[in-house]
Amino acid sequence: MSLDAMRYAKSHEWSQVDGNIVTVGITQYAVDQLTDVTHLQLPKVGATLTAGKPFGEIESVKAVFDLYAPVSGTVKDVNAKLAADPSAINLDCYGPGWMLKIELAPGATLDHLMTKAQYDAQLAEEGH
Amino acid sequence: MSALRTPLYDWHAEHKARLVPFGGWDMPVQYAGIVAEHKTVRTAAGLFDISHMARVSFGGPDALKLLEAVFSNSVAGMKDGQVRYGLVCNEAGGILDDILVYRWPYGFAAVVNAGNRVKILNWLETQRTGLNVEIKDQTFDTTMVAIQGPRSLELCAGMFEADPGGLKYYFATPTRYRDANCVVSRTGYTGEDGLEIMVPNALGAALWEDLIARGAVPCGLGARDTLRLEAGMPLYGHELSEEINPIQAGLAWAVKLEKGEFIGRDAIRKFAEEQHQSVRVGLKVDGKRAAREGSVLSGPDRELLGTVTSGSFCPWVDASLAMAYVPQAYSNPGAALDVDIRGTPTPATVVPLPFYKRKKG
Repeated sequence: MSLDAMRYAKSHEWSQVDGNIVTVGITQYAVDQLTDVTHLQLPKVGATLTAGKPFGEIESVKAVFDLYAPVSGTVKDVNAKLAADPSAINLDCYGPGWMLKIELAPGATLDHLMTKAQYDAQLAEEGH
Repeated sequence: MSALRTPLYDWHAEHKARLVPFGGWDMPVQYAGIVAEHKTVRTAAGLFDISHMARVSFGGPDALKLLEAVFSNSVAGMKDGQVRYGLVCNEAGGILDDILVYRWPYGFAAVVNAGNRVKILNWLETQRTGLNVEIKDQTFDTTMVAIQGPRSLELCAGMFEADPGGLKYYFATPTRYRDANCVVSRTGYTGEDGLEIMVPNALGAALWEDLIARGAVPCGLGARDTLRLEAGMPLYGHELSEEINPIQAGLAWAVKLEKGEFIGRDAIRKFAEEQHQSVRVGLKVDGKRAAREGSVLSGPDRELLGTVTSGSFCPWVDASLAMAYVPQAYSNPGAALDVDIRGTPTPATVVPLPFYKRKKG
């Protein structure tokens, strides 16, 4: 996985496209904000997601955040290992910490998402 | 007003602590991570910078009289070196602060919550009228750290002139650290055995690094909060406030109604006979989602029962725990409630406090 090839949402989810399947997780910045993940709520396979709408929830000892769908589509796969042990997100959020694989809805694209350079610029602007 | 910094602030910043505002201070909330720090305190020894806690000393012939008037627990019955937990209440019995009082051969001291330092100093100033007592705020003169966990005492062996292992729980002693006067106290706020240590600021960093070299692991206020929650200890501003009285907070043990007059006594006596007030309970929440402060509690008929005052996933007992105020009818262990977690009614059960109790060695 190349971070440069990924696309990023303002709400700190990454998206990696392969054909019409988009793998989704959260960025290292989001993980650093959260600290140790204690709980994760993800949709079921088959769920329909709309770009920009919440698809789940991630929680640490100190905070809880909504997770937002970066693209519109249908959930094809969910990282079931995270339900039992979400620590993979802390260990490697771009690898074993992936959350969903979404099949893009007809006509849906990643064009509205940021490039790595744009995302880094957003973080810099927010003072991180 | 800019935030205050403890003498260890630079150390925290250099060691990548995440610093957050707390009680008027910039304090480390975590270093490596709250879960790991929490578990370290339960199994080994964690080290906390608690220099933000206010330290106030009392001298003069009327020091005892002033403390007996403002403190809910008995002071006269304390031995030299003894430490006692109690409350400072207003006339209506509302809690102004929860504090520790120390008795020394030459006077008294109190450790007060950081966020209440100015309020309590002002309160003492109004209550001292006509009394011959010298009150000194020593918060900025000393560095205060806590080493907490089952290995705390062995890690401190030989550090101080006096052996802290000889201290009984809730006793303290003046002693020496590197040729300077210091105080070592067998107290804490984590539910574990351990020490709280006060040294002159010039030795603060040396003490901190000495303890780390001996194996204590730096821990932030995040772990301190989850540790005290597991141990069922109230936190001012959450479980305790001027709208809450000691009886409903479950702190009747820290109120000595028969010790003589003190501020709030008559009001507290009435609360002790009251059957209809809400009381503090512990809740075990189903699942792993935290029922955070402000989460609403309801009963079987959807009736509103109260709100959560503290709630978190707690790493050691590995459960979502909370404290809340509920009507007495729902306060017995086993009572089933619903807590609204972000729109989802989630079952919760009243369980006895504390959630966690250490095995005494």
